[in-house]
Amino acid sequence: MDITQLTACALAKKLHGGSLRVTDVLDAYYAAIDEKDGAVGAYIALTKEFAYKSAKAVQARLDTGEIRSPLAGVPVAVKDLICTKNLPTTCASKMLDGFLPPYNATVIEKILAADMIILGKTNMDEFAMGSTTETSYFGATKNPVNPEHVPGGSSGGSAAAVAACLAPIALGSDTGGSIRQPAAYCGVAGLKPTYGAVSRYGLIAYASSLDQIGPIGKTAEDCAALFAIIAGKDERDSTSMDYVPQAASADIAGKKIGIPNEFFGDGLQPEIALAMRQTADELRRLDAVVAPCSLPLIDYAVPTYYIIACAEAASNLSRYDGIKYGHSSKEAASLRETYFKSRSEGFGMEVKRRIMLGNFVLSSGYYDAYYKKALQAKRLIQQAYFAAFEQFDMLLGPVAPTTAPKIGASLDDPLKMYLSDIYTVAINLAGLPALAFPRGADGGHMPIGLQLIGKPFGEHDLFSVANALAAHEGLLG
Amino acid sequence: MQIDANLVHYLESLARISLSESERAGCQADLQRIIAYFDQLDTLDTAGVIPLSHAFPVKNVLRDDAVGQSMPVGELLMNAPREQDGCIKVFRTVD
Repeated sequence: MDITQLTACALAKKLHGGSLRVTDVLDAYYAAIDEKDGAVGAYIALTKEFAYKSAKAVQARLDTGEIRSPLAGVPVAVKDLICTKNLPTTCASKMLDGFLPPYNATVIEKILAADMIILGKTNMDEFAMGSTTETSYFGATKNPVNPEHVPGGSSGGSAAAVAACLAPIALGSDTGGSIRQPAAYCGVAGLKPTYGAVSRYGLIAYASSLDQIGPIGKTAEDCAALFAIIAGKDERDSTSMDYVPQAASADIAGKKIGIPNEFFGDGLQPEIALAMRQTADELRRLDAVVAPCSLPLIDYAVPTYYIIACAEAASNLSRYDGIKYGHSSKEAASLRETYFKSRSEGFGMEVKRRIMLGNFVLSSGYYDAYYKKALQAKRLIQQAYFAAFEQFDMLLGPVAPTTAPKIGASLDDPLKMYLSDIYTVAINLAGLPALAFPRGADGGHMPIGLQLIGKPFGEHDLFSVANALAAHEGLLG
Repeated sequence: MQIDANLVHYLESLARISLSESERAGCQADLQRIIAYFDQLDTLDTAGVIPLSHAFPVKNVLRDDAVGQSMPVGELLMNAPREQDGCIKVFRTVD
């Protein structure tokens, strides 16, 4: 049996049943990482010493029958923008190279309390700004399906780790698609939770009104199990909500699923459009009610998103001043020079570009035309989704217009990269949950991912439908 | 909206970032294209629409006015580039 092929839920069953020991699992994963991660580049840092120390205590509890969570004993890879106490947390930036957080993020406290074990920290676009994991200070991650292609981003390391069987499950974060798009590109599942479902305390901020932490797993079932562990109210994040995830249902008969006509735009790869239609047919065979609908304003989603995200990034990243922590220039001779030189040396070009865009849309004379206008558009976009949800329980759509592009294809053209976010960013603007799940591959064997978009706190409905599709496919063999 | 060199310099100043000459040329061209793309929002009628800052209604949450546990100073200074006598050391700010 190859331990690394198991889903997180299957792995947990074997650990809890006593047929596997936690150290066996860690040994298998670290051996796989040693063998394969040189080619993939999913990890920035491994946390072996901490993992084996944790494993000892967790195994002792499992041996006495104390099972603290459905995923107790299961290792997890963590995107490198989630603070882990005394373990490197870099945001894939020179700015935070060597930074050791003095505290754990709430999600880290939760997974440790659930007796999960941190395998390592995964690669990402610098400060989560990118859609390809090519802007990392530590080098690009490759798509495990075909290393000539990007894994997507910004949680590309987490998605690649799960797809390459270098982690059974992972944590990512999604500001405008950063969990769903790499999950789709790598052929795995990923959940962007409802805004407020998961605490952001200890998540290094990019755009605070849009950021959410979520799971990436081999299956929707795995994502549901990890989501149940990390969700809930946190006193330290006043935007988190008092929310207990509900269990998924096995029966999706009568579920109303809308497919917006606007999702079949000009740039949509034909094979993804075909996967949408085939999935709709399959859902009908499962007695769901699938019908076309309209979701206007999608063309405004990308400019609205980038104006708001860059504005918030400009504010959030002003904390990196070379004074309190992070990179501090050795060349500076004054306080002002410390700011300018530390930030100029510490940030990569994409981060600089977004900070400058944010300063532009917030600056005097442009604020009303750009930032205020985007906040108004945000309300209209959310209203369009809520209008669709008056008729439907959820929506089905593509995650990205194409499968994973080749490495380097979008790096020199930032606008082209931004435009590829057309199907994901509106969901963050509206605060909704969305689950990406794999649906076959294109002619070049690159994975196709679709997403189910739910009502606020409707994650269980999304898991129900994805599970039903997976079970139906299993029956079909 | 025309992005000229002066505006790029101004944005560098606001952002506390100094671009190299080659970065500046590329950045000016990129900002021009991206902001031109942002300008398509002009075609959306938003008259009378209240800006939406937060996806769901939230209000300020205040904790009880009670003394909580502080983090040890040593741990907080662990990442400071320069420190002295339990404080972060900075360049002189006032002459």
